[in-house]
Amino acid sequence: MKYGYYPGCSMERNAIAYHHSTMAVAGALDIELQEVEDWNCCGATEYFSLELLPAYALVGRNLALAANQSVNGNQLIAPCSACFLNLAKTDHYMSTSPDLADQVNEALAAGGLHYDPGSVKVRHLLDIVVNDVGFPAIAEKVTKPLYNLRVAPYYGCLIVRPGTQKSFDDPEYPTTMDTLMQTLGAEVVDFPLKAHCCGGHMTQISENVALEMIRRLLKNAADYEADVIVTLCPMCQLNLDAYQDSVNKLFGTNFNIPILYFTQLMGLAFGMRAVELGFGKEFVSATLALTKIGAEPPPKPKKKRPAKGELPMPAMPEEDNQ
Amino acid sequence: MSKEKIGVYVCHCGTNISGTVDVEEVSKWAGENLEKDGVVVSRDYKFMCSSLGQELIEADIKEQGLTRVVVAACSPHLHEQTFRTAVKRADLNPYLCEMVSIREQVSWVHTDKKIATEKSKSVIAGGVKRVAFHEELEPLQVPINEATLVVGGGIAGIQAALEIADSGFPVYMVEREPSIGGHMAKFDKTFPTLDCAACILTPKMVSVGDHPHINMYTYSEVEKVDGYVGNFTVTIRKKARYVDTDVCTGCGICEEKCPQKVIDDIFEAGLGYRKAVYRPFPQAVPKYPVIDTDNCIYFQRGKCKACQIFCPTEPNSIDFEQQDEIIEITVGNIILATGYDLFDARRVPQYGYGRLANVFTSLEFERMCNAAGPTNGEVVLRDGVTTPEAVAIVHCVGSRDRNYNNYCSVICCMQSLKFAHLVKERTGAEVYNFYIDMRTPFKDYDEFYQKVLEEGAHFIRGRVAEITDAARMPGEEGKLIIQAEDTLIGKQRRIPVDMVVLSAGLESRADAKEVAHKFGISCSTDEWFIEKHPKLDPVATMTEGVFIAGACQGPKDIPASVAQGAAAAARVLSRIQSKELALEPVRASVIEEKCSGCRICNNLCPFNAIIFHEDRMVTEINPALCQGCGTCVAACPSEAITGTQFSNEQILAQLEGLLMLDVEGGLVSMLEPEMA
Repeated sequence: MKYGYYPGCSMERNAIAYHHSTMAVAGALDIELQEVEDWNCCGATEYFSLELLPAYALVGRNLALAANQSVNGNQLIAPCSACFLNLAKTDHYMSTSPDLADQVNEALAAGGLHYDPGSVKVRHLLDIVVNDVGFPAIAEKVTKPLYNLRVAPYYGCLIVRPGTQKSFDDPEYPTTMDTLMQTLGAEVVDFPLKAHCCGGHMTQISENVALEMIRRLLKNAADYEADVIVTLCPMCQLNLDAYQDSVNKLFGTNFNIPILYFTQLMGLAFGMRAVELGFGKEFVSATLALTKIGAEPPPKPKKKRPAKGELPMPAMPEEDNQ
Repeated sequence: MSKEKIGVYVCHCGTNISGTVDVEEVSKWAGENLEKDGVVVSRDYKFMCSSLGQELIEADIKEQGLTRVVVAACSPHLHEQTFRTAVKRADLNPYLCEMVSIREQVSWVHTDKKIATEKSKSVIAGGVKRVAFHEELEPLQVPINEATLVVGGGIAGIQAALEIADSGFPVYMVEREPSIGGHMAKFDKTFPTLDCAACILTPKMVSVGDHPHINMYTYSEVEKVDGYVGNFTVTIRKKARYVDTDVCTGCGICEEKCPQKVIDDIFEAGLGYRKAVYRPFPQAVPKYPVIDTDNCIYFQRGKCKACQIFCPTEPNSIDFEQQDEIIEITVGNIILATGYDLFDARRVPQYGYGRLANVFTSLEFERMCNAAGPTNGEVVLRDGVTTPEAVAIVHCVGSRDRNYNNYCSVICCMQSLKFAHLVKERTGAEVYNFYIDMRTPFKDYDEFYQKVLEEGAHFIRGRVAEITDAARMPGEEGKLIIQAEDTLIGKQRRIPVDMVVLSAGLESRADAKEVAHKFGISCSTDEWFIEKHPKLDPVATMTEGVFIAGACQGPKDIPASVAQGAAAAARVLSRIQSKELALEPVRASVIEEKCSGCRICNNLCPFNAIIFHEDRMVTEINPALCQGCGTCVAACPSEAITGTQFSNEQILAQLEGLLMLDVEGGLVSMLEPEMA
C-alpha cells in the first residue's frame, strides 16, 4: 500500500518519537509513505485565526504539491490531527466555494502551481491503520502482546470531527483506537473524555485555562487507573506530557502518566526495540509502564454472578464477539 | 374530425389553480383549438367540485349530448370519484370522464404564469385526445369473506379485533410473542390520567382470549399471503411451544421448577429475568407457557426435563417433540398492527447506555416502575437497593436528530413527564428534564405538564451533550454528570445525578420492510407503513383490503393507537356488511395469442397478480389482484399485455396531445402519476 505523506512540522521536532515509530510500523505493515516534496507548514490554528486567504493558500500549496505527486489515487496521509483537519477543510472549502478556489489558485499561480479541489483525499494515519490495514492483519504482526498494560485511548477533538468529510469513527465516542489497542493485547480502560479537547494552543494564551483542561484528562485517566494515555496527535501528546508537571504544581496533584503515540505501542507489540520507536523522548518517563509489558496474558475475568436484587446490565454488542 | 362530443371543464380551485394559471385563457383556447378533436364545449368555473359545478357538467351532457368529459382540476386521487359520479348521474358511463391534474402537477409546481398556462393547455390537449379512446367499463364486483386477520396483539390490534368480533364476524389474531398485550402490557401507569396500564388493558386481553369470534394464534407469524381483497389466503406458522395447550392448566409449576434463569430482553426490556420455560407476565393471554429452546438446558445439553418431571397434569403438558404447525386460513380483510421497536440507546455512545450502570432506557424504567416488574415498582439504581436522590430524564434520544431519526417520536415528552411524576412520587428525588421543545398537544396533556411543573420537577431546555462519570468539580464524584447547554440562559450546565433515564424514540420494527413486502404495502424512508392518504385515509393502504393501525404507521400514543384500531375495524366492517366490493376496472390483461411465454413480466408485478400456466406456456393476470399499475404492460416485449384505461392507443393519443404545443420549460412532471 502506497500513500502520499504529509508529516507536518511537529514530526521533525517535538513529535520525533511519532515520526520514528510511524516509519517503523509502516515498514512492518508494508505501508509505503511517499513524502510530499518541499511541503510547508499547514498554518496550524494561528494562521487561520488571523487571515483566511493566505492560510488557505498556504495549505493549498501542500495539496497542489501532493496532487502533482499523484500517489495511489492521491491519498494523502497526515499523522497530525491539526494538519489533517487543515488539509481536509481547505480541500472542502475550495470544493464548495469556486470563488475561494479561484483566489487560492491565483496565489498558487505565482509559484507555478494549481490545485483542483477534490483531487486529493486527505486521511489520518489512524484511519489507514484501522481501515486499510485492518485489525486481522495487525493481529498477525503482534509478537509481544501488551498484556496487562492499561491504556486510555485519547483521540482529541479534531480527528473524528472534521465536519467536512464523513468521519471514519463515531464523532462523539470513537472506538477504533480502543479496538486497535485490544488487538495489540492491551487492556483498554473506559475513558469518557477521550474526545475532549487538550487545550490546543491555549497554553500560550491563557495557561491556567489550558492546565485545567489538561488536568481533567489526566484525572480521568488516573481515575480509571490507566498506565499510559495513548494519543494520535502531536499537540495532544505535547500538552499532556510537557505540561503534566505544571498541572501537578498548580493543582497540587501527583499525576505521573506517560503519554505515548499509538504507533509506539504498535511497534512494541510487533516486537520492535523501544529505542527504535522514539521511547525516551517523553517528559513523563514510560519506563515503569514498559516494565509491565511482556507479562503473561491476564486471566479472563469470570462472569460475576449478580448480587441478589442487582439488575442486569444491558448487553453490549462488543461483549459478544470478545 | 372526432366523432365524439367532448366537454372540457377547467377549475379555478379558488386561487389554487387560477393564481398561477390563466384559467379563462386555457378554457377559451381549448374551446377554439381542440374543436377538431371533438371539443364542443369548454368552460371554467370557480369550484368545479361544488354541486353547482357538477350540475354544470350534468346539464351539458344532457343538453348538448356530450359523449366524453375532461375535467382539468386537482389530482384524480382527490376528485375523480366526484366527477365520475356526476357523469354517471347524467347517464354517461363514468369511465368516459378523464381528469387532468393542473393543480398538483401544474399550478403548485410552477411560479411563472405564462409557462403554467401553456403547460395546462398541453395537458388538457393530452386528456382530450386520450378520452376519445376511453371505453365504457363496469366495476369488478368481488365477494368479501367475512373473516378478518389482525396481525399484532398490541393495544391497536386488540381494539380492532374486538370491534369486529363484537359485531359478530370472525377474527384471526396473529401475535409473534407468547402473549398478546404488546408494549402497553409492560407499562405501569399511562399518561395523562395515570391509570394503571394493566387495569385497563388486561380486561381487553381477556375478552380477546375468551371471545367466541376471535381465533388467537400467539407465538405465531404470518409466513405468506396470497389472494386479494375479499379473498386472502394466509399461511401462519404456529411456532412450537413445547407445551400441549389442550391439557396445560397454566399452573406455572414448570416455570417455578425450571433451573435456567435467562435475562428477559423482550418483556422485561433486559432489566429482569425469566426462566427458560416461561410466560412473559402473570396476566398473559393465553396463560400457557413456552419453552425457549435457545436457553433450555434439555434442548441445549439433552438432560434436565425438570418441567416435565414436575408437570402435574395428566397426560403431561410438556411435549419436547412438538413441531411448528403450518395453518392456512382465508380472510377478506387484513389489519396490520405490528407496532414499533424502541430506538437502541447504545447508538448514542456519549450517553453511556450499556457503559454507565445507572443509565436506563425508558422501557427499562417502565419495567422498574411496574409493581410486577423486577424491582416490584421501586425506583432504584442498578445495584437494586440504592434509592436515587437526583434523576435526569433526557428527551429526544434518537429522535429529532439528523444523526439518527429526523422525526419526533410523539410519545416521549408525555412519557418523560410521567416518569418525572413517578420518580417524585416514589423517591422524592430531584428530577431534571432535558428537553428540546415540550410537546404536549392533546386532551389533558398540557394540564399534566403543569401538574408536574408544580410538583417541582426541573426543566432544562437543551440537548444533552454527554453523560459522563468523569468528575471535574466538587460534588461530582461518584455521580453521573449531565453536560448540556441551557439554551434559555445561554450557558453550559453540569448537573450531577444518580440516575439517568433516556427517553428513547420509537422506530419502525426491524423487519417492517419484509412485512410490508409480504402484505404488498409500502414503507416510508423511515420504514413506517404508508397510509393511503395522510389526512383523509390514515388507516387504509394503497393495497385494497390491507389496513394499518397503531404505531406501525408512525409513532403514536395509546389513545391514538386505539382510535386507529377502531377506525380500521370500522373500515373493515363496512366492507363486510356490503358483502361485495366494487373494484376499479382499470386492469391489465394478456392477449394470449401474442404472449410468447418469456415470463419477463412474471417477477415485476408488485401485487403478485401474474400467474404463469406451465402447460400452455402463457401468462395470465388475475383481475382481482391487479391494481392497474401498468408495469407489466410497459415491460411486455411482445405488446401482449394491455391495460384498460392504459391501452397503447390511449397513451399515444395522450402523448400526441401533450406534444401539441412547444412548451417552454419542458414536459417534466406533466404525465399522470400512474404513467410517470
